[in-house]
Amino acid sequence: MKREQTSLIRRDGFQTLLASLGCVLGGLLVGYLVLLLIEPSGAWQAIVAIMRSFFRFPGKMRMKYLGQTLVRTVPLLMCALSVLFAYKVGMFNIGAAGQYVAGACAALYGALAWNLPWYVCLVLAVAAGAALGAVSGVLKTACNVNVVISGIMLNWITLYATNWCLGTVKDPNSPFTKALNGANPSALLPSLGLGKFFGNEKSVTIALPLAIVMAVLVWVILNKTKFGYELKATGNNYNAAKYCGMRENRNIILTMMISGGLAGMGAAMSYLTGIEAWETTVSSVPAMGFNGIAVAFLGGLSPIGSILSAFFIQYITLGGGNVDLQVYCSQISSLISSLIIYLCAFVAFFKFFIQSSIRKGDERRAAAEKAAAEKEGGANT
Amino acid sequence: MENYAVEMLHITKRFPGIIANDDVTLQLKKGEIHALLGENGAGKSTLMSVLFGLYQAEGGTIRKDGVEVKINNPNDANALGIGMVHQHFKLVECFSVLDNIILGVEDTKNGLLQRSRAREKVLDLSRRYGLRVDPDALIEDISVGMQQRTEILKMLYRDNEILIFDEPTAVLTPQEIEELLQIMKNLAAEGKSILFISHKLNEIMEVADRCTVLRKGKYMGTVDIAATTKDQLSRMMVGRDVEFVVQKGEARPEGVVLDVENLTVPSKTSKKDAVKHVSFQVRGGEIVCIAGIDGNGQSELVFGISGLEPVTGGKITLCGQDITHAPIRTRGTLGMSHIPEDRHKHGLVLDYTLEDNMVLQRYFEPEFTNKLGFLRRKNIRSYANRLIEQYDVRSGQGPVTVARSMSGGNQQKAIIAREIDRDPQLLIAVQPTRGLDVGAIEYIHRQIVAQRDAGKAVLLVSLELEEVMSVSDRILVMYEGEIVGQLDPKTTTVEELGLYMAGAKKEGKTQ
Repeated sequence: MKREQTSLIRRDGFQTLLASLGCVLGGLLVGYLVLLLIEPSGAWQAIVAIMRSFFRFPGKMRMKYLGQTLVRTVPLLMCALSVLFAYKVGMFNIGAAGQYVAGACAALYGALAWNLPWYVCLVLAVAAGAALGAVSGVLKTACNVNVVISGIMLNWITLYATNWCLGTVKDPNSPFTKALNGANPSALLPSLGLGKFFGNEKSVTIALPLAIVMAVLVWVILNKTKFGYELKATGNNYNAAKYCGMRENRNIILTMMISGGLAGMGAAMSYLTGIEAWETTVSSVPAMGFNGIAVAFLGGLSPIGSILSAFFIQYITLGGGNVDLQVYCSQISSLISSLIIYLCAFVAFFKFFIQSSIRKGDERRAAAEKAAAEKEGGANT
Repeated sequence: MENYAVEMLHITKRFPGIIANDDVTLQLKKGEIHALLGENGAGKSTLMSVLFGLYQAEGGTIRKDGVEVKINNPNDANALGIGMVHQHFKLVECFSVLDNIILGVEDTKNGLLQRSRAREKVLDLSRRYGLRVDPDALIEDISVGMQQRTEILKMLYRDNEILIFDEPTAVLTPQEIEELLQIMKNLAAEGKSILFISHKLNEIMEVADRCTVLRKGKYMGTVDIAATTKDQLSRMMVGRDVEFVVQKGEARPEGVVLDVENLTVPSKTSKKDAVKHVSFQVRGGEIVCIAGIDGNGQSELVFGISGLEPVTGGKITLCGQDITHAPIRTRGTLGMSHIPEDRHKHGLVLDYTLEDNMVLQRYFEPEFTNKLGFLRRKNIRSYANRLIEQYDVRSGQGPVTVARSMSGGNQQKAIIAREIDRDPQLLIAVQPTRGLDVGAIEYIHRQIVAQRDAGKAVLLVSLELEEVMSVSDRILVMYEGEIVGQLDPKTTTVEELGLYMAGAKKEGKTQ
């Protein structure tokens, strides 16, 4: 009996993994159906191209594209960590998108206007994200404003403030900010030779190991420390946290600051690699923060799971670019990857499905055992 | 053949992991008051939910007037003339009594409400059964007793023949209880059949004709009240002999532990103060009980003392230290333990494990957190195991059980273990036995008395008169935010206490 209790399928972690895989398969299936609907002849080829992603390239190139995927995985992972950290403390930080923008603004402004080195820019980005998170946290504790509402509002405020702010350091001939390797190479994150592993891809920097360290750190804080115990208690039951003397309001503000800091750091880890510049005429909040929500859920709200899910989402996004544009229109790659991301939100549903089917099986077995016992009892008497 | 209004024969209802009703039979005669007795979790509510169509039973049959019926939802139950007064009233606060009664069965003409006929019928019913109500008063303005009478009128207005009362006396004063029992007798005399769910033996003995007893989902039998005793009923219910009288010696009060002077706490729901200039003291080695009807400021008084709500006036002193505006953590470390009124809202983090809940008040101590801020899981586990064993907290998986999955009684035991084990100077216990069964109540009372005997000050807030009378050494009655009387449980009567609670009697300034 004891062994049955701990059998693999009954473990929470395994159920989450199974549910996440179910979502991935579901997303691919729906994507395939959409491809079939548009143009049946190329559908199979297209879906295979998406699945193979960078594996379709030969040896050396393959490593280079792997590197590029990893570079883009980093900010996504950081946004996912931001979302899941707040979520564990009972808040839905949809403002991660805005905190990401704030981080980008601080990092780029520090690098271009003040010519600061990369580590100062990184700290600035963290501080900017944390400050924005603190605004949401204070609004929540002082005026009981839902963090979703304040988060969405702040996303837009931050976006336009950033456009204005970075407009002062933009390239005079384009809407983009000046390229870092020309304007201030010291602000570029050091590669420490990591790029060599990935076909000399220069954008692979210390951001990659740093992000993984952050994921582990988030896990340790949440699960092993007194601080995490307090934060989760506050998130689960605000009143109980207050009752036992935790400083519940401070905890909420701190959580939002940490959450915001993680998102801000993610932005620095993306923009300070030099792979992209800020477009000062952009009028929509970058999707990075929102995708972080899907990644966090697909990763089963676990920091370690998020590493895998962030990589997977980037893998699929890159794979989407492989669709034959002769057959399909150019939006199709985004459509397929967004379908898969959308399906990712169903992890909880799949998990519930797994659990209820296990329970039903148990009940049937118990009922059958009981019936058998009764039969036996009847035979004996 | 007997004339039964409703028969529930061999009802079996399973939930994942437990059998809530295991071959239970209940036969309600026409015109009788039939009590349904059982501890918490014995399956009373499940059985009634099956009758009311909220659950479907896996086995057994239901008969109405000898004909087998299927009850798939509460509408079916209503159509069969089955009505229920729920423990928590289902009334619209900002509607009048009359509007609440007709809600759902309104008489309309061209889409307009026709209230006059309904009013006549309500007044007629209210006269016939002695159910005093003011049809035009708003629910939020009337007493709990009148709200309950409104609920009863709701059933009568729908011409229900079978009336289910789910623990109806829990919220009433002694006088109101008396009145309700009389109303139930009137109803039975008029031919209504009544199912009376309760775990209060005195009331069952007074009003019921027969009693069906459940224990752990199993049918224990049906007895004639005339031919049984309180002791026999309790033995059927619990499975062993229960002491009704709390065994305790004389109180030996020592120095003042808690001193409350002129305390004023604002109300959250209205502009008035919930607690108005209240002063009293609690000494070590005595149990002081705050009695009163729910909603007279007892909760706010405790919130003020424990720091959950800010106070606007007065002074609180604990063991000689002014704690009027001290943070909650300071009050705790100074020796205040608090068994909160609402164990789900304040007492537990329901999604935490039992062991994490056990250290909720001590997790920051060096024993459980090392210098780097990491939790010492091993110590937490062994501490939780000790409390679980010492206080007999039962759960599915021991220390790693999620608190949400535990029974109410064991959740409460866990809180009590945690709060008592802190070795407090002052123990504040707010309705510590609410919703618990006889066995658990007996246990908790013993723990509280043991704390007193160890020289601790105990402040008990209770709505249960029996508990007030049997556990406390001194009774302070609260009415509308003030302390209106100080009574000695040895010399006072339940009736006198009831008069104070209802505001009919009042002392001058009391200490």
